[in-house]
Amino acid sequence: MPLPTSRPRLTVAVTGLNATDSPGPGVAVIRALRESPDFELRIIGLSYEALEPGIYLRELVDKTYQLPYPTAGTAALLERLRYIQEQEDVAVLIPNFDAELFNFIKLEAPLRALGIRTFLPTLAQLEARDKLNLPAFGAAHGLRVPASQPLFDIAELPAAAEALGWPLVLKGRYYDAAVVHSLAQAEQAFLRLSGQWGVPLIAQQFVAGQEINIAGLGDGHGRALSAVPMRKLTITDKGKAWAGITLEDEALLALARRFAEATKWRGGFELELLRTAADELVILEINPRFPAWVYLTAAAGQNQPAALLRLALSLPVPVMEGYAVGKMFVRYAWDLITDHTAFQQVAALGEL
Amino acid sequence: MKLKPNIATSEAGFLFNPATGDSFAANPLAADILARARAGQDAAAIKADILERYDVAPGQLEKDWDDLLAQLRDFNLLA
Repeated sequence: MPLPTSRPRLTVAVTGLNATDSPGPGVAVIRALRESPDFELRIIGLSYEALEPGIYLRELVDKTYQLPYPTAGTAALLERLRYIQEQEDVAVLIPNFDAELFNFIKLEAPLRALGIRTFLPTLAQLEARDKLNLPAFGAAHGLRVPASQPLFDIAELPAAAEALGWPLVLKGRYYDAAVVHSLAQAEQAFLRLSGQWGVPLIAQQFVAGQEINIAGLGDGHGRALSAVPMRKLTITDKGKAWAGITLEDEALLALARRFAEATKWRGGFELELLRTAADELVILEINPRFPAWVYLTAAAGQNQPAALLRLALSLPVPVMEGYAVGKMFVRYAWDLITDHTAFQQVAALGEL
Repeated sequence: MKLKPNIATSEAGFLFNPATGDSFAANPLAADILARARAGQDAAAIKADILERYDVAPGQLEKDWDDLLAQLRDFNLLA
């Protein structure tokens, strides 16, 4: 669909530019935003490392600034964003990493004072759907979730396996997971995951079934403005979707609506589900942001990032009905070519 | 034999289940059978036509017919 020729100009900042084999959602979010019928956008990329591919996708990202890592805290982040805002007139900022959301939510008011709007879940919502709190979350809202327990020490593995059975799923605090079938495998996975992501890990009961994901957008008042279910057709060795297809299933849409209603979710979300042989839908994980495959929602007719942009600007967004079923994405790897001077500028000066 | 109403079929013999995302490729004879069934022809009429057009014994056709039904059921395509 051709975009209107004269649209108001707007600057939007986006994180999650690591379009790698375990991709952040930023590049997909930007691609969808570029198709917004409402605005002609200047996109500011916000990166953490100098080799995040999105930095060098100049047709999508106009300018990139590096951010301090989330562990540096809110003061360092605010200072950096204040500097960026002096250079750019950022109207809306869309964070896309689980690990950075806490800081951005804490900074919502100071950012607004700088003229930067966000549309994020509340801290309470963020905490409630945390992997560590998922069983309580499921119980509170009548949503089916697998049994799980936190693991702070490798010595807790035998008891967890006794309680949850084999195979067992071990999950990192924010990312990564392994299905293990024995204590030896579990110990090996514990060391790898805790070494990479710290503790606690989460031990989760294994559930067999077909994996389905739903990308959604909640208005913060109990409505799911959009929900698009997708089945992964090919996955990487990290379990990430490399190809997927949109599905038609009222039960999936009803679940997304129920989630948004029960939580009054504000912002993008992803439900990671399993459909068991008995046709039950089990929520494995709730991601508090758009998934890396979110461009498929735009391709299927429900542009969730563009709708979130409108919400951040307090513009009305109607509930989106209908989307193309059987719309597929197939991800691909592409060698971006850049020059060492561009890399040096990002690495040394923190902007490009 | 009745396919679920939401199953999409193509003339080339592809079937798509929009609820699961599964796709299947039927061989030309199976595609023909499914198209006739979807058009409302009953099993007896389809079988009679196959017996007339192909060199196949009735017993063998019944066996192959049951195999086809079992596969369609396994693939969750039947109403």
